[in-house]
Amino acid sequence: MKPAPFRYADPGSLDEALDVLVAEGEGAKVLAGGQSLIPLLSMRLAAPATLVDINRVPGLDAVEATGDGVRVGALVRHRQLLEDDAAARVQPLLARATANVAHPAIRNRGTTVGSIAHADPSGEMTSVLALTDGSVTVASPGGRSTVGWRDLFVGPLETSIHGPAVVVDAFFPALPPRSGTAFAEIARRKGDYAVCGAGVVVTLSDDRTVERVTASYISVGLVPEVHDLTEAVHGQTVEQADWAAAGALARTLVDPDGDLHASADYRRLLVGVLTERTLADAAVEALERTAA
Amino acid sequence: MTTKLFGEPVRRREDARLITGKGRYLDDIGAQALAAAFVRSPHAHARITDIDVEGALDVEGLVAIYTYEDLTGPMAEPLPVLIPHPQLHAPRTGYPLANGEVNHVGEPVVMVVATDRYIAEDAAERIVVSYEELPVVVGVDAARDAAAAVHEEIPDNVAARHHQETGDVEAALAGSPRTLSFTQYIERSACMPLEGKGVHARWDPADASLRVYSSTQASTSVRAAIAAKLELSLEDVEVIAPDVGGGFGVKIVHPWPEELLVPMAAIRLGHEVKWAEDRREHFIGSAHERQQRQEITVGFDDEGRITALDVHAWHDNGAYTPYGIIVPIVTATQLVGPYAIPVYRVVVESVYTNTVIVTPYRGAGRPQGCFAMERTMDRIADVLGLDRAEVRRRNLIQADQFPYDHHLTFQDGRPVIYDSGDYPGLLAKLEALVDWPGIEERRAEAASRGKLLGAGMALYVEGTGPGPYEGGHVQVLGSGKVLVSTGLTSQGQGHETSFAQIVASELGVPIEDVEVTTGDTRRFPYAVGTFASRAAVMSGNAIALAARGVREKALRIAAEVLEADPDDLEIADSVVGVKGTPGATIPLRTVAVLSNPLRYAFDEAAKQATQFARAGSDDKPPVAEGDAPGLEHRDYYSPIRSTFASGAHAAVVEIDPTTWEIDVVSYAVVHDCGNVVNPMIVEGQVHGGVAQGVAGALYERMAYDADGQLQNASFMDFLMPYASEVPDVVIDHQQTPSPLNPLGIKGAGEAGVIPGTAAIASAIEDATGRRIASMPISPTELYDVMRSPNAELTAAAGRRTGVGA
Repeated sequence: MKPAPFRYADPGSLDEALDVLVAEGEGAKVLAGGQSLIPLLSMRLAAPATLVDINRVPGLDAVEATGDGVRVGALVRHRQLLEDDAAARVQPLLARATANVAHPAIRNRGTTVGSIAHADPSGEMTSVLALTDGSVTVASPGGRSTVGWRDLFVGPLETSIHGPAVVVDAFFPALPPRSGTAFAEIARRKGDYAVCGAGVVVTLSDDRTVERVTASYISVGLVPEVHDLTEAVHGQTVEQADWAAAGALARTLVDPDGDLHASADYRRLLVGVLTERTLADAAVEALERTAA
Repeated sequence: MTTKLFGEPVRRREDARLITGKGRYLDDIGAQALAAAFVRSPHAHARITDIDVEGALDVEGLVAIYTYEDLTGPMAEPLPVLIPHPQLHAPRTGYPLANGEVNHVGEPVVMVVATDRYIAEDAAERIVVSYEELPVVVGVDAARDAAAAVHEEIPDNVAARHHQETGDVEAALAGSPRTLSFTQYIERSACMPLEGKGVHARWDPADASLRVYSSTQASTSVRAAIAAKLELSLEDVEVIAPDVGGGFGVKIVHPWPEELLVPMAAIRLGHEVKWAEDRREHFIGSAHERQQRQEITVGFDDEGRITALDVHAWHDNGAYTPYGIIVPIVTATQLVGPYAIPVYRVVVESVYTNTVIVTPYRGAGRPQGCFAMERTMDRIADVLGLDRAEVRRRNLIQADQFPYDHHLTFQDGRPVIYDSGDYPGLLAKLEALVDWPGIEERRAEAASRGKLLGAGMALYVEGTGPGPYEGGHVQVLGSGKVLVSTGLTSQGQGHETSFAQIVASELGVPIEDVEVTTGDTRRFPYAVGTFASRAAVMSGNAIALAARGVREKALRIAAEVLEADPDDLEIADSVVGVKGTPGATIPLRTVAVLSNPLRYAFDEAAKQATQFARAGSDDKPPVAEGDAPGLEHRDYYSPIRSTFASGAHAAVVEIDPTTWEIDVVSYAVVHDCGNVVNPMIVEGQVHGGVAQGVAGALYERMAYDADGQLQNASFMDFLMPYASEVPDVVIDHQQTPSPLNPLGIKGAGEAGVIPGTAAIASAIEDATGRRIASMPISPTELYDVMRSPNAELTAAAGRRTGVGA
């Protein structure tokens, strides 16, 4: 389990990084936290000709929380995001989901943006980017562009980003007013990739009845999706809302695959259970935020 | 004799070294060694049609490539069948490198040696092996159907038909008031030591000698195997087991192909060579255990007393049988557990499959036997509407029935005669420890929280400490240091501590002065190995006997100096003194100096032993006839048969009926391994065993697909539990000393793992009311059971809900 030979570059600026990526062409791969990439190299499942290590690139390690949302730089470790109180106030899903990312040792090194660029449908942050209707900023020799989550995720471990480019940040829009969130997952062992996970957002109307419900699931489907569950509970009060009906609706909307750890049917079961559980919690939070 | 350290929870003296990174494991040795890597078969069953190494030849740093064609003499012959048995009628073993055919994914085909492991893997990747694929056999049922054969000349895939019976079972079943029959399965798992296997070899051409380090459980036998296969004289080979990061059985198998090929390459290349197994290699190239299909028929009366037991099992032995049929024998003979079974017949058919070999993994066939027996008890209780503890109690061997002869033949060829025990005592302690009568109350409380709670129990008897022998050597130096060595190896069990405790207690010296060496053939060349919970029983007793020999000699020498009778002497804190006479003393280290009469005073202490230092008798030789210089003694312990430890476990599970997650909320262990050398170490062994028991029940399995590809050959998908998945364990002890050995001890290494699968299956069945007949079980599988219209409801569930089954 030793990687095949590769060249290594550790540019000191973004421009330099892009220069190396241009020069090295298709065989180059960006290295940030390395928590997915390095094992792939060791198992020789990936053999890039060059690793472009961006850890020395300045300006990519900040979490910026504003009223609009939270911008997470490409070198921000999961742990940094997990512990950022301002970010948690603007978009509570960030800390809630990050707490479920693997174990502390992995959270200390792995980056949130790297996890998104890796596009693993079992990753928490891909799903959160979708659920919050987020986007990433891509730097390429031609300049910067913003890519929304729908355009970003093409397939498992596959994004629409090609050619010399670095994802420099991810942007998670703020939680809308009168809204609450929750996040939960079920894994075979604590810290494993989830067998199934769910993130939800519940938004109430002025009269404190349910206005909108969205959910996104982990390890369900090939790419992150956002499901609108509003019709199951629209207009219902938080206390009397039929969350089970929303769970039942969710089960009909998803199309999970089976694997060694869970059959497709079992995943569908969990989608329903987790939806029901998380919605109840999210609605309570929405109510609190509406009252305030 | 001071015995203050024997039985005390002395902290493990090796831990400071091991947990601060100062251990010396295989891969810490030989930084300058050439590295070996292997091209392994990607197919489960295939003929090799061509090996093309051309593409690898221009890899810079490549040193050598070996295929079967390069093997000569005994190396070109099949690997040994380590433990032959008359009922193993069709043994097969592989070759160090595949000879034209591969029989499982991972079988080594080509060895590459290069300047480092990266380059060796680069070169290995460029070697093209062409295969003609053959039909693949995976799983006991496919092996039994024999639509295809693993080995062409064994069309029924049966390697062995192990058969024992204690009477006419057919007649006994026919005469039984009641009978029931069922079939159940248990799946594969594996040892998974954190350190894989590994070998380092250095050939000294000037000395014509070979030193091999191997991460092994049997260094003396590895040495013999290397000498035989490489046609070296035994005295020119030394094998050392350095710190070994876990074994659990997989490292008792030997010689592994790599244990022969690495020394072969070191000799041929005149350079040290090393191979350290990586995790993927360990999954597909080492050994697994546990898959069996069990068909059980039991006869019993209306009180639940067993009248006859008939077991027919099919045991998946993988592609080859290098370790003989030890696992089937252990299942067959240990199945009966603590119960008096009037008539018993067992047939275990050991069958070939195109999968990794199956050899002992901690428990070694006992978890399967326990699963068969204990689930039989559960079924009897269910059908009669009796408490599961009560049915067990009615069948237990009683405390006054020892020695108890089962009329079976154990894995060491000796009779299964239980030496001592108190099984009703175990059961009573277990019921108290887990509050068995309080389970219904807990069930109700859990139900109020929306959870399904259930409890299960399982008892076992474990034959431990089989022979043929182990030895020990104890030597007191002039410095006062006490050197202890034994040939068997250590893989983290705490032998440095427990063996030192034994010597300190026997000899009357501080434990700090005792240094223990294990598994080094330079220090102790005669040994068998560490397996079958035998280290404390075998080497512990041998070392105790050696220490007693040293004590006797020390007292004899001191008696002369002190002009006293040896019987009037005692040793305390390393000083020999006359009992009741203060001042009449001589330090043990001085006795050691005097034990070796000298001509030359090489240091201050030695002066005391030189020829003009003290008056000796002119008419006696300095070393008496029949005596030897030095304060040392070597002794051996060879038991007449195994000693039988026992225990009882109970598991309480809570199941979430919305997600079918299974949580083990209580786990209770009552444990009896006779006299205990170090209770802290024994509890650690139990904890580790329970972790592996829970793993085998709820998490781990080797998931082969129909093509013989292992689907989960990494720690991402092979679910070895983390600490977060292992329940808290409460332990109670019982001590019924063994009458068979001087220290009265029984083995403790494997016990913790044995009843886990049986107890947890029973608990899940109790919680859900659905028959659990296949283990391990995961939430997704439990969900399938719960919604299956064919799932069998237990009678107990019917009684509880009033709907009947």
